Amino acid sequence: MRREILPIAGVERIGPYSLVRVRRGGLESGTPGQFFMLSAPGRLLPRPMSLCLATRKELGFLIDPIGPGTRALVEVARNDRLPILGPLGNGFRLDVKRPLLVGGGIGVAPFPYLSERLNRPPAVLGFRSDEHAEAAALVPNAEIVVEPRLVTELLRPGHDVLACGPEPMLEAVRRLAPDAQLAWEAPMACGYGACYGCVVRIDGQLKRLCVEGPVLGAEAA
Amino acid sequence: MILNASGCLDAVAAPEVAAQLDAFVTKTVTPLARGGNEPTRIAETEVGMLNSIGLANPGIDSFLEDVLPDLEELDIPIWVSVGGFSAEDYAAVCSRLDGRSEVAAIELNVSCPNVAEPAESAAEIVSAARAVTTKRLYAKLSAAGGDVAAAAEAAAAAGADGLSLVNTIRGLALDPKTLEPLLSTATGGLSGPPLRPIALAAVFACFRATRLPIVGMGGVESGRHALELIAAGASRVAIGTTLFADPEAPARIRSELAEEAAALGFETPLAAHGAAHGEKGARMLRDVA
Repeated sequence: MRREILPIAGVERIGPYSLVRVRRGGLESGTPGQFFMLSAPGRLLPRPMSLCLATRKELGFLIDPIGPGTRALVEVARNDRLPILGPLGNGFRLDVKRPLLVGGGIGVAPFPYLSERLNRPPAVLGFRSDEHAEAAALVPNAEIVVEPRLVTELLRPGHDVLACGPEPMLEAVRRLAPDAQLAWEAPMACGYGACYGCVVRIDGQLKRLCVEGPVLGAEAA
Repeated sequence: MILNASGCLDAVAAPEVAAQLDAFVTKTVTPLARGGNEPTRIAETEVGMLNSIGLANPGIDSFLEDVLPDLEELDIPIWVSVGGFSAEDYAAVCSRLDGRSEVAAIELNVSCPNVAEPAESAAEIVSAARAVTTKRLYAKLSAAGGDVAAAAEAAAAAGADGLSLVNTIRGLALDPKTLEPLLSTATGGLSGPPLRPIALAAVFACFRATRLPIVGMGGVESGRHALELIAAGASRVAIGTTLFADPEAPARIRSELAEEAAALGFETPLAAHGAAHGEKGARMLRDVA
């Protein structure tokens, strides 16, 4: 578990989202689907963000500014410094034969890094609007649907599904692809197993997402 | 003299954080296993954060068998936080801990805002626990409502060896769009910076009233905050919410504390013990690690 205070390398708008890039320092990029806790300026609690992009010098996080913490994170300026802890949790298993990435909304955040590690597999992505769908430009080989169409329409049999998105999407994907790997989301305070705040109830069981997830096998979930 | 606040750290999940502490305080252990409250369990507010974990724990049997051996390997003193829904519950857990040499002290969590309250008063619970254990007993009190110094005096009379001050205070946060409660239990325990002056006042009053050793906690983010609690009467300081944002906080705060004390002319941080009361010095120290 490593925490560093890293300078911002840049912030770019992508539709309603922002890609926040930081100098990498000594942090490992980890496995796709793992996450980092980013301390938002002026906020008490850090925010969990999966890694979107990793280069030799930078780490990138795709952030949807939906609340005070995420807004503070996307409003950082170049050379501001952010305390970042990670990588944390369990990422996607990469030993898959025919991967298909299935994403919804800001759930596409880990896919650019995941796609690179899996040699650019096909991806199917669903978004709320054309503006949100601009984020698909970050994901190679992506087929896109915009509401009212749903991403599950594009699921096809015979693939190893790796999915990230809102809970109703993940539940729908599980029903269609019982072997899928699913990346879940929950509010977190610590990200490292200390607070027990990030549980989600899946099939009657409470799971601490930061240490048991955020990626869970659909069958185990 | 730096501890974690109970509930804010799982030393098995994060041994490198626990290793920075002078003693580790467990999450509250109850007679039976508890899954805890439904999600959503946490919410950040404009000031502080709310939690409603609901005393999730494996129960005393599994704690003794599965958790305590792992904690012992950390090689730091272990304080066990004990909870329940009646004085009998507290006594049942304390009696199981009594013979365990790995347990340095027991903290009686008589003030969790997220579960049903026992019918008995804090003092009655201390008394029931005192009857079954010779371990050092710390009563963890809330500063919400009533007279915390009177509760402290009653706990002292019932046999408490020390006080842990303060627990969280019940609060409510609403979803900005739906105006419904953010937490599944509606209310939760408020922690973080807003507790700071409340904790200081409680430590100040309880020190004056009882002279018992006090673990001060509530919004400690820096060495300065820790020093102020010591000045108010705490002989140990616990870190809670700050651990979530900064798992290196115990080591950082310990070193800041030494610097802050030195800058004010105190040879050690504990030389400032009780300084807020116009009295200084080691003559008041009791039970200081």
